[in-house]
Amino acid sequence: MTTTATTTASPPAPGQAGPDPRNPAGPVRRRHRYRLLILLAALALLFVTAVLSVMVGARPIAPGTVWDALLRFDNSDEHVTVRELRVPRTVIGLVTGTALGLSGALIQAFTRNPLADPGILGVNAGASLAVTFAVAVLGFTAASQFIWFALAGAFGLTVLVYTLGSIGADRGTPVKLTLAGVAFTAVCGGFTSAMVLKSTATFDVMRFWGVGSIGGRSLDILPIALPLIGAGLVLGLLSAGSLNVLALGDDLAQSLGTRLAFTRIVLILAVTLLAGTSVAVAGPISFVGLMVPHIVRWFVGPDQRWILPVTCVAAPAFLLAADIVGRIVLPSGELRVGLVTALVGAPVLIALVRCRKVSAL
Amino acid sequence: MTAQPLTGRPDVKQATWALRRGGASLRVERRSVLVCGALVLTVAALGVLTLATGSIQLTPAQVLSALFDPDAEPRTRLVVVTWRLPRLLFAVVCGAALAVSGALFQSLTKNPLGSPDVIGFASGSYAGASVVMLVLGTVNYLAVAAGSLIGGALTALLVYVLAYRGGVRPFRLIIVGIAVGAFLSSISSMLLLAVSPEKAMLVATWGAGSLSGLGFEQLRLTAAVFAALLICSVGVVRPLVHLEMGDDTALALGVNAQRARLTATVTGVALTALVTAAVGPIAFIALAAPQIAQRLTRSSTTLRIAPAALTGAAVLVAADFIAQRVDLPVGVVTVCVGGAYLAWLLARQYKGGRR
Repeated sequence: MTTTATTTASPPAPGQAGPDPRNPAGPVRRRHRYRLLILLAALALLFVTAVLSVMVGARPIAPGTVWDALLRFDNSDEHVTVRELRVPRTVIGLVTGTALGLSGALIQAFTRNPLADPGILGVNAGASLAVTFAVAVLGFTAASQFIWFALAGAFGLTVLVYTLGSIGADRGTPVKLTLAGVAFTAVCGGFTSAMVLKSTATFDVMRFWGVGSIGGRSLDILPIALPLIGAGLVLGLLSAGSLNVLALGDDLAQSLGTRLAFTRIVLILAVTLLAGTSVAVAGPISFVGLMVPHIVRWFVGPDQRWILPVTCVAAPAFLLAADIVGRIVLPSGELRVGLVTALVGAPVLIALVRCRKVSAL
Repeated sequence: MTAQPLTGRPDVKQATWALRRGGASLRVERRSVLVCGALVLTVAALGVLTLATGSIQLTPAQVLSALFDPDAEPRTRLVVVTWRLPRLLFAVVCGAALAVSGALFQSLTKNPLGSPDVIGFASGSYAGASVVMLVLGTVNYLAVAAGSLIGGALTALLVYVLAYRGGVRPFRLIIVGIAVGAFLSSISSMLLLAVSPEKAMLVATWGAGSLSGLGFEQLRLTAAVFAALLICSVGVVRPLVHLEMGDDTALALGVNAQRARLTATVTGVALTALVTAAVGPIAFIALAAPQIAQRLTRSSTTLRIAPAALTGAAVLVAADFIAQRVDLPVGVVTVCVGGAYLAWLLARQYKGGRR
């Protein structure tokens, strides 16, 4: 599990004869073509899931009617279902899925830890604490009001984690940040369960909030969520090159000209924007940020310039697929997507890890 | 990956004491011995404090006389020995067991986040207990303990079998563990969302882990099993430390990697299973205690059984002291106390740029 996986995709070193000496870029080009195919496949998958997400639901609606609802809206029940329920749900799924996937890829690359998920810097714990506080102490009950508390909690706690992680000689190293995140997550978790276990009413609200869902949200939150996630996307995708260098180790990265402190701040900012906003919008959804970047890495190799974009496409596809399964799997009612991601994803992950020769991080 | 930055400075520089008797010699790090001594004193002091406080307030002198003097006032002896002592001893045993289990797994997975939870044990036992309480509808102590034990053991076995492909690599074990764990957590959440809030709260309270209502009968068995497992853990330390240097090096040093890993895994899971069955899943000690102990002893590895065990005991005793005051399950307090202490340690440790 060390950082030795770079060999799988690195082009032949200069001076070392490739298979074809006159065209040393040959294998590299083939490799690029393969990864491009994967990116295209992921895009196709995303398109299919997005379309299905609008088409499929508890109430059967003909594809033609769905099409009409989008283009020629006539206020019928079916059209309202599509416009008011399925489209917002799909859009929220796309946005949060992208954010979760990218933040997971960034945090795994940054901490060089395959166990890292976006929650590791305390985002989920901070959001949960703030929302629990809103419910237990301030008496809020409507989910739409929670988003502000969740955002504030997520961002506030990450600032604390970063502050603690950046004191001392080894300031800002991934291990120290991870442990700082673990420590603060634990403290927040303790206070959260203390408040929750003291009151049945609070517990009842929080047991539902604690399992993320993309249904029943209105698009009103997008004007707030989109800029935050957009900023995180830009920062994250721009860090791909630095992450490649960071994978060589901090010392080597520094001697190659990487500004370590700056890169770290950018990365943490990106992860917080992405994961914090998505937990505020949809509640904690496990497994997407953890699993998708892993699987993507097994397919495209260790180059972050490929992992990050492919994850951005594959993660929302997976989230939407899980959501669709959650809608149709029960005879009545639906499973929240926060449950389905693990129920669907776990068998896939196990099958993959058993049949592929996987690279450790 | 992570094992490397974790190792502080190499412990060759550590001052040591050597005991030589004939052909045998034992080398101990001076700092470890001092830290262990300090931890024992801490546990003892916290223990006396815990035994003295409660709805009937006693002085430390009364507590000590009740403990060691058979002719002490019977009422005081009843309060201290029969009512309060089992709970304290449970805290010591469970804290130590969790910490050793965490130390084994952090070494095994070469990961500071490693704990039996990564191979799905915690979610398995939680699912088992949830099924017993919500599907079978009983809150009987033995039934819930059995449910959690069976759930956890089956899960750990399943993870091991699924991760086995001509041997178990730590990486595959972790991934399969996460996957199975996430799957079972989802199942538990599903059950939790489907029932009435009161019933769900019952499960959540069990899930936090509580030391209340335990007596000497349960303690005797728990302590005996713990002692046996502790011996297994001590036996597996040396091969595991070698494995931290990589499989090839360990192999060259004569370590049977697969056997060492299997022993360590089984021992670690059994330790956690013991605690979970006895008092419910107490979070965070397995994770934090080895890290805290490593920083206290400035050792190069988290796998130091004695300091880790004593740290775990101290944290759980302290947490239970607070838990009794604020009337919450002890697991809620462990995460607060352990987390706050880990944070403080991180903030303090590297002060002045010194590693």
